[in-house]
Amino acid sequence: MSRADTATTAAAERGPHPLWTLGLLRSELLTTLRRWRALVLLGVLAAVPVLIGVVVKVRAGGGSSGAAGPAFLGQVTDNGLFLVCTALAATLPFFLPMAVGVVAGDSIAGEADAGTLRYLLVAPAGRTRLLLVKYATVVAFCLLATLVVAASALLTGVLLFPVGDLMTISGTTISFTDGLLRALVIALVVAASLIGVAALGLFVSTLTSSGIAAMAATVGLVVTAQILDQFPQLHAVRPYLFSHYWLSFADLMRDPVYWHDLVRGLGLQALYAAVFGSAAWARFTTRDITT
Amino acid sequence: MDPVRPGAADGVIGPGAADGVIATRGLTKRYRGGQLAVDGLDLTVPAGSVFGFLGPNGSGKTTTIRMLMGLIEPTSGTARVLGLPMPRAARTVLPQVGALIEGPALYGHLSGRDNLLRLDAADPTADPRTRGARVAAALERVGLAAAAGKRAKAYSLGMKQRLGLAAALLRPRRLLVLDEPTNGLDPQGMREIRTLIRELAADGSTVFLSSHLLDEIEQVCTHVAVMARGRLLAQGATADLAAGARDRLVVTTPDPAEAARVLKEQGAADVTADGDQVTGEPPDRDLAEVNAALVAAGVRVRGFTLRRASLEDSFVALTGEGFDVAR
Repeated sequence: MSRADTATTAAAERGPHPLWTLGLLRSELLTTLRRWRALVLLGVLAAVPVLIGVVVKVRAGGGSSGAAGPAFLGQVTDNGLFLVCTALAATLPFFLPMAVGVVAGDSIAGEADAGTLRYLLVAPAGRTRLLLVKYATVVAFCLLATLVVAASALLTGVLLFPVGDLMTISGTTISFTDGLLRALVIALVVAASLIGVAALGLFVSTLTSSGIAAMAATVGLVVTAQILDQFPQLHAVRPYLFSHYWLSFADLMRDPVYWHDLVRGLGLQALYAAVFGSAAWARFTTRDITT
Repeated sequence: MDPVRPGAADGVIGPGAADGVIATRGLTKRYRGGQLAVDGLDLTVPAGSVFGFLGPNGSGKTTTIRMLMGLIEPTSGTARVLGLPMPRAARTVLPQVGALIEGPALYGHLSGRDNLLRLDAADPTADPRTRGARVAAALERVGLAAAAGKRAKAYSLGMKQRLGLAAALLRPRRLLVLDEPTNGLDPQGMREIRTLIRELAADGSTVFLSSHLLDEIEQVCTHVAVMARGRLLAQGATADLAAGARDRLVVTTPDPAEAARVLKEQGAADVTADGDQVTGEPPDRDLAEVNAALVAAGVRVRGFTLRRASLEDSFVALTGEGFDVAR
């Protein structure tokens, strides 16, 4: 028996360690986050709360008080913690889903574009395993992007505005610690409300071998869903648009918390993840890789 | 290793490959547009061979390789690699196969070393404890150790090609599928890669080498298969295939018309004149007499040689670019 035979047969007999499969997830996270594209997106997301904070501070100094703008904008001057809610309300309609759409759209199509997909598959990464790793990475990016906005907002809020006990939308007062905890839960809910877009982007990404096309299509779908959500005539469809319950995270600032829309919103995200995740799997596991 | 008979239940087949490391039966791929890329391929690659896979561009070589690697689903027919059916047994087969398919593809924003670390992490059977050492050894083997820390997008085509080869060598492999491995390399690099291929074969790996360079195939391959228009035209030992083509008699003369007439008279078949060169199949007699006849007829002979049949002659004959394809 030859040398090459002996070595590989021995490896095959020992079999892979179950934990070894996590190596691919780690590699995927690092590869995604070391792209300039991802870093620029996170940088923009970190800048938005700073921008809002500075603008509010300057306007408050001028003495004018505007009623329009993202939710909680009026409360920011009273308590810096509200900047977390304001920043998330400002970035959730477009910046956050766009960032997630770019990363999700690029996930498979970008690799197909570069040709690296064929080498991952002959490694062999396994199509189902690779798809799961890709989805897990996009979901991790949803969480990271949201936490970047929240952390930047918290820092800016604490630096520019007074902090302390805060008043909920319902008019009751809660402690700063309680408020901080709620802000963290809000960030997690916002991250979770992006997993539908993540699944949609992953599915689009399995359809094409052009990373740019997949990214553009996913971001286009995000914008389209939000436009459709503006039409009262489409009331039958609107509750099924992935963006419909996005701003219900504000209900976490009520006392007691109003759960109805939150639960529906998260359920809808789970439905999107299941439907488009399955579609992505069906497509990717049967697709001919010709790039 | 016990030989495994094809036709046994797939579930009980071990890593044996008695019927060839690669064995396809009626392998066919028709793309959605209706284009027939590969048509009823019966390919057998013997274990331990360096197998040359020849064919003009668009002859279906790459589609065949992609089907063997489980990237493309065949329309019909079967493909077995290392004795197991593909793409079904991809998880068992592919860790034992190193592949370079249609040129290298890299993550430009990662260093050469990180590219290899990622591909090794993609293999669930690769031990992460030895990953760093195996990556370093693979880089060393293809001569990239010095450039390992550079971003891959700064690599030259030759360096990218070497990195692609390094990825195929991350672990000891029973089969290496190398598609145009010397593309983009200078003559020195080509020699190094050919030496490497011979070393790998000496270590016991079977090497499946696709190339359009006939010289390369003739120099390193023990076996060869020729494809054209999606069909397999011939396969066998390189020496047998080259011997299949006939030697040619070449006469250089300022009197080509007269020379052609005399050669035909002397029994040479298939005589053609091109400028001052007249070629034909040598007749079954002493060539000295043929030469004497030429001189006797007043033909001024500048050169009189017998050109040995090469693989190129067989290739030209087989792919139909020659005139005697109908035979």
